Amino acid sequence: MKVKLWGTRGSLPSPGPETTRYGGNTCCVEVLGSEGTLLVLDAGTGIRRFGAAIPTPPKRVDVLLTHLHMDHIQGLAFFAPFRTPGVEVHIWGPASASLSLSTRLSRYLSPPLFPLFLREMGSTMILHEVPIGEFDIGEFRVDAALVCHPDTTVGYRINASDCVLTYIPDHEPALGVRDFPLKSDWTSGYELAEGANLLIHDSQYTHEEYRERVGFGHSSMAQAMQFADLSQVEHLVPFHHDPAHGDEELDKLISQAVETTNPDFQVTPGKEGATFQLGG
Amino acid sequence: MTQKEIEVILARQLADYLAMPIFIVDPAGNLLFYNEPAERILGMRFGETGEMPAERWSTVFEPKTEDGDALEPDSLPLMIALTKLHPAHGSFWIHGLDGVPRHIAVSAFPLIGQADRFLGGVAFFWEIEE
Repeated sequence: MKVKLWGTRGSLPSPGPETTRYGGNTCCVEVLGSEGTLLVLDAGTGIRRFGAAIPTPPKRVDVLLTHLHMDHIQGLAFFAPFRTPGVEVHIWGPASASLSLSTRLSRYLSPPLFPLFLREMGSTMILHEVPIGEFDIGEFRVDAALVCHPDTTVGYRINASDCVLTYIPDHEPALGVRDFPLKSDWTSGYELAEGANLLIHDSQYTHEEYRERVGFGHSSMAQAMQFADLSQVEHLVPFHHDPAHGDEELDKLISQAVETTNPDFQVTPGKEGATFQLGG
Repeated sequence: MTQKEIEVILARQLADYLAMPIFIVDPAGNLLFYNEPAERILGMRFGETGEMPAERWSTVFEPKTEDGDALEPDSLPLMIALTKLHPAHGSFWIHGLDGVPRHIAVSAFPLIGQADRFLGGVAFFWEIEE
């Protein structure tokens, strides 16, 4: 399984000289299986460059949305395969308790917020309300589970025959927990992440920022480390960086967290363009 | 260890922060959690009892009607909420694990999550001043 980060920023695109190394694009991750199955995790602004880099249009691509906040869907209409006739684009995302995925997605992809309607994109689009539990996409078995974040939000566990990737970009497992983490069975996202080879996880805030933003749906860097430790992952990629954090600040935040905790797992900063090879 | 559903985790977190006694069970009625205010009425800390099968908690507190007759487990508001999938309310006597009899009122409701998943039940209760 090849994994490439096309957008690592949270909340708001943040281009500029201070974010050149970590990148300013919002969440988008490419997952390519050894048999050619192509998944896209979230459709933040990073998806535009990804779409432009695909040499020939794929016959099918599956876009897995964790939720419908703007930083996870803003790039969807700018994903080249989405506008290419003959390409099957499967979009998976959560419905809410009362609204379908189509209705929720159309709130953004329609006038006056966007000039075109969802149905006018050109490709063959198939919407799937993501089931809570297991489902298969090509060579992958995907687990989806609701996680702690405002509005209906899921995380994904992508299982290949020889490796596991877990993607929980927006996650506040420490919400309401006096002494985080609790035991694993009382921790949001645990089953998705347990023993994963690679965990891409929310680490938006510093400790001080988190204290001022409890309930916003995100984790501090330290909480991401604690969650990764509890879940016994092999490798953590801190992700969904705060728009206000420049490259130097992120370097410092991540290196300090590693020095402080001396984790049993590898930590690689989530930088735009970073690639990971999992399994054989 | 199987992770609880997110709605159950959030219910516990809410219970942890409320000053009213709350009791949370799974779909089979097995006790998952009760908060500190509930500990005062039930007479024992959750850390000491831990999770508990439905058959145990529904009898260990020796629930009795206002007339002193033993209350069948199926008649407890929380068990009604679980079996009928609608809110239920009642008042009765229990024997706290600290040995003190207490007159309590209970309001219970089933916990229905996203995609209509039945996840268990929640009971709010309070002591009736005599």
